[in-house]
Amino acid sequence: MGSSFTLRGLFAAVLLGTGLVAGVAVASDKGNPEAKRIVSIGGTITEILYAIGAEDRIVARDSTSFYPDAANSKPDVGYMRALSAEGILGQKPDLILMEEGSGPPPVIEILKASEVPMVVIPTPAKADAIGRKIRDVGAAVGLSDKADALALRTEDGLKKLAADVAKIPGPKKKVLFVLSLANNRVMAGGADTEAGAVIEMAGGINAAPTINGYKPLADEAVIATKPDVVLSMSRGDHTITPEQVFAIPSMQTTPAAANKALVTMDGLLLLGFGPRTPEAARSLAGQIYPGAIN
Amino acid sequence: MMKALAMPFRPADDGDRTRHGVVVLLLLTVMLFVACLLSLGIGPTGVGLRDLWTYATGNSASLSTQDRVILEAVRLPRTALGLLVGAGLAVSGAMMQGLFRNPLADPGIVGVTSGAGLAAVAAIVLGNGILAPVAMVLGNQFLPLMAFFGGLFNTWALYVIATRDGRTSTTTLILSGIAIGALSAALMGLMIVMADDRQLRDITFWNLGSLGGATFGRVLSILPFVGAVMVIMPFVARGLDALVLGDAAAFHMGIPVQRLKKIVIVAVAAACGSTVAVAGSIGFVGIVVPHLLRLVMGPSHRFLLPGSALGGGALLLVADSVARTVAAPAELPIGVITALFGAPVFLFLLLGKNGITTRDMP
Repeated sequence: MGSSFTLRGLFAAVLLGTGLVAGVAVASDKGNPEAKRIVSIGGTITEILYAIGAEDRIVARDSTSFYPDAANSKPDVGYMRALSAEGILGQKPDLILMEEGSGPPPVIEILKASEVPMVVIPTPAKADAIGRKIRDVGAAVGLSDKADALALRTEDGLKKLAADVAKIPGPKKKVLFVLSLANNRVMAGGADTEAGAVIEMAGGINAAPTINGYKPLADEAVIATKPDVVLSMSRGDHTITPEQVFAIPSMQTTPAAANKALVTMDGLLLLGFGPRTPEAARSLAGQIYPGAIN
Repeated sequence: MMKALAMPFRPADDGDRTRHGVVVLLLLTVMLFVACLLSLGIGPTGVGLRDLWTYATGNSASLSTQDRVILEAVRLPRTALGLLVGAGLAVSGAMMQGLFRNPLADPGIVGVTSGAGLAAVAAIVLGNGILAPVAMVLGNQFLPLMAFFGGLFNTWALYVIATRDGRTSTTTLILSGIAIGALSAALMGLMIVMADDRQLRDITFWNLGSLGGATFGRVLSILPFVGAVMVIMPFVARGLDALVLGDAAAFHMGIPVQRLKKIVIVAVAAACGSTVAVAGSIGFVGIVVPHLLRLVMGPSHRFLLPGSALGGGALLLVADSVARTVAAPAELPIGVITALFGAPVFLFLLLGKNGITTRDMP
């Protein structure tokens, strides 16, 4: 067979071909105070734009941008990880603002090549990164003063919360974040997740620190985590009830089941890491430690 | 190596069938042209056929920069990519069905799709982990290149397994194809277990296929491979026609059977590996297009292969036009459209009076 397989030649050709797309334009990093047609990708980014009074300049948003309600009336360019280049360019944007991790990468490449100014906002799941995110968005649209004020308010709220949380008496409670309950399997929020970070802000302990990201947890692992509280997201019409959660065999022996301790909160509010995070974490703390905080 | 296969076409013993074949090819060419216009002329932006005309006649200065970017950087490469991917998949399907004398054969059977899929999922899941250095070197081309090499690797492994004493057994090839497909699926499952929430979403969307993100670089990167399949069409058509009588009979008719298999498998692996790499998995084009064409132009490969190229390109361009306009400004995955269209057509063919049986093969 040897000589008729010219695989080496094929490899060389594909490397040559794909090499041609390397080196496209880089994202703009300057402020765009004159931008009047902003496409906003990412729920928290949109939320911040509304909070600093840039809502009239948004022409379209992605499907994760559903707060505040008014955002829903803007055209939807699709899910932030499955964007369409023409869909976005068709809105004739003069600024594309997107959360880090938006994609898919080839579409981002085309958007860069289109030379429409584009700013990518880093979004680490950390309390102390929220201020920076707000300021980044403000700087990108030329509203640094308003963003700075909002960031200071948010940081202040987080500091007050931390002080209040420190005063809560008694042992800290273990909180298990449940992303979904498909087929009786618990998809939990582990280390390095927004859920884990917000649980800690609220004075709790993430019950599943041994997994990374959002992953299914083995039944025995669920039992071993011994959560005092189960935290989940409410989704409009179908909210998970304590009966549903604690009917799952692996959940039945947990302290949370004994007290029917289930907290459900709006997903974007809980995991968004934006200006509403102090409010979200405070509300969570109040539900984990009833009466100890308000 | 091609020379021995380059038999002159069969003399037109039945002139009617030849004329019929030529007429169908001409019709398909017209369809493809219309599909190209459709693909270039409609989209979620207001840029339409009139702007396309303005652009094509050299008056592009009167268009806004935005409209020019949409025509040049978004639609032109996307149309070219759709054409190549559709043609590559359909011709590969037609060749595989001829080679395996099996109307259900598609590139998946030689492990291209599963190998490319496994490598792509590995790229998504391990790209920040143990494969990070590779990802750094390959940059944005990391995922497509991984998928391409994954497809070729599986095909090569399969070929080595199925070849004994210089002879490749079709049955062993199909059966080991199933085994290797299962192994790839299992390894993919392992990757999925390791994946986090974001990676799972990436895997899902990659699996559904998309022509989004087409660039001329991507078009050029798959052109040699899809081109190779097109170039060998006239050289393998007669051999594939003869194979219907069985390996031995074809050999006695003077067809270098072993070489024919090798060439077809390598060409199909390269074409499909590269298309899966740039567009994800797009199902049903490779199965449905050759079947539809066999109904209208007969089973002879000298018309079926070029017909599949034209028809596959046209079908994919139409599917893509639907994918990017029905939910605009968002976009549907093209694999969803081809399956929504392809599966019912396939069932219809199966149940109709022209039901698919092996007697449809030449």
